[in-house]
Amino acid sequence: MATHYAEPDAVSAERPDSPLIYRTRLPVRIWHWINALSIFVMLMSGMMIFNAHPRLYWGQYGANLDHPWLVISHRGTSGFLSILGFEVPTTGVLGYAQNAPYAFPPLVTIPSSYSLADARQWHFAFAWVLLISATLFMIYNIVSGHLRHDLALKREERSLAHLWHDIKEHARLRFPTGEAARAYNPLQKIAYLGVLFVLIPVVILTGCTMSPTLNAAFPWLAELFGGRPSARSIHFLCATGFALFIAVHLLAVVLAGPFNELRSIITGWYRLPKERSK
Amino acid sequence: MSVEMTRDHNNGLIMPAPAPTSLVTRRNALVGGAGLLLAGCDQINASPTVKAVLSLDEKATHGAQRLVTDRNALAREFSRADMSPVFRQNGNQNPGTAEYNALAANAFADWTLSVDGMVAHPLRISLAQLMAAPRRTQITRHDCVEGWSAIGEWSGVPLGLILKRAGMSSNARYVVFHCADSTGGLPYYESIDMIDAFHPQTILATHMNGALLTVGHGAPLRLRVERQLGYKQAKYVMGVQAVASLDGIHGGKGGYWEDHRGYQWFAGI
Repeated sequence: MATHYAEPDAVSAERPDSPLIYRTRLPVRIWHWINALSIFVMLMSGMMIFNAHPRLYWGQYGANLDHPWLVISHRGTSGFLSILGFEVPTTGVLGYAQNAPYAFPPLVTIPSSYSLADARQWHFAFAWVLLISATLFMIYNIVSGHLRHDLALKREERSLAHLWHDIKEHARLRFPTGEAARAYNPLQKIAYLGVLFVLIPVVILTGCTMSPTLNAAFPWLAELFGGRPSARSIHFLCATGFALFIAVHLLAVVLAGPFNELRSIITGWYRLPKERSK
Repeated sequence: MSVEMTRDHNNGLIMPAPAPTSLVTRRNALVGGAGLLLAGCDQINASPTVKAVLSLDEKATHGAQRLVTDRNALAREFSRADMSPVFRQNGNQNPGTAEYNALAANAFADWTLSVDGMVAHPLRISLAQLMAAPRRTQITRHDCVEGWSAIGEWSGVPLGLILKRAGMSSNARYVVFHCADSTGGLPYYESIDMIDAFHPQTILATHMNGALLTVGHGAPLRLRVERQLGYKQAKYVMGVQAVASLDGIHGGKGGYWEDHRGYQWFAGI
């Protein structure tokens, strides 16, 4: 996050070797938490909605008698996941878990017991929160320069060699330290840009494509994604993308120092990790 | 609406059995914690205040969709080549009452559609009269609230034509469809507003895929309101009623799923 702020003298006097800097500005922090909440609610209510028809299709139509590319279901008390015809037993996790014969188990759905109607209420209420907060944040990103200064890859970062180096550093769990830790690193930027410019817009558009009213008014929606069942599949893949992002994001927070990272996303203040001795 | 929704009946989460008590293992603590979390979440979900706040989304969605969409926009119509090989039945598959069975046994020759409420000339229309009326045929996509879609050909009489013939009052705001089927003794019914009632693709269909409606698909008459989800497509329609308000009609929320299962009246998404 932008780092054009002087650190308070008192703090730097205290620990001159690793200064506390103001790294994450208020609008970014507010959006982060509103977005985190809405994504969690939408993932959990979305899994309950998926439970109503745990099959995904490509094309213009798709129902029980057609050919799904993904199924999460059960035979008796054995759960399974079937993708493109390959079946994996998933009892206890998917298809049949916690004595419930649903694709996603009660532990991860909103509400926990089967209710498509309630899940839809949660999903659509938070869809509005997601849509409005993402729109405002997008405007902020452009107007404040956050996008240009902090998120866009710098010229030198836009090379495969540089990215490969960054991937290797991440694989060794060597995160940037010292001055380099003031800015996002390239993989981090790509992950954030992916959420902002791919996952969020596509998940909103594919969500809208499942609306028969919006389909009638904007026929290009279903054309863009190749039909409502395709849009539903892409919506599910986006949700999977969010879940993967959250897993990696939380892992990175833990590895990089959860206290320092949480402080910076709550208060904005971040202690630069000490320069690694070469 | 569909068969699978009957799952709503068995509200069936069985909580994990209590673990053996002597040892507090990490796993027990996790399961216990998860149970508490679930209970907490379910309490939030059951709160009337939370329900009221969440239901604002229906107003927002309904308002926004009406605002940004052309009220006369037509749902996409497909070609015969695009049709689902087998069109899955949704909702109840047979009213099964003695009255309905008697009508069906006679190929609905004795069936009539009643058109009443806020109309100048209440009508009783026979199937033969409906067959002779001007009709519209459309190949459209049926979108179930559960997430599946099927494409089929529907043919029937535009609802607007029937309402005009009956001399509907300009004060009427909703059209209610009374149906022959019921679930657990609760009759099926649905309702739409005048924007959808007079939409050119809103028809009372007598035919599907070129043949008379089968019992499974709502014989002898079902509503097609192409810009809303499957549970709005009332089957086994017996009566059409023009009203100024949905209050006082069954549970007052405008439909079976709305009254008893918490589904949204405006099923635009």
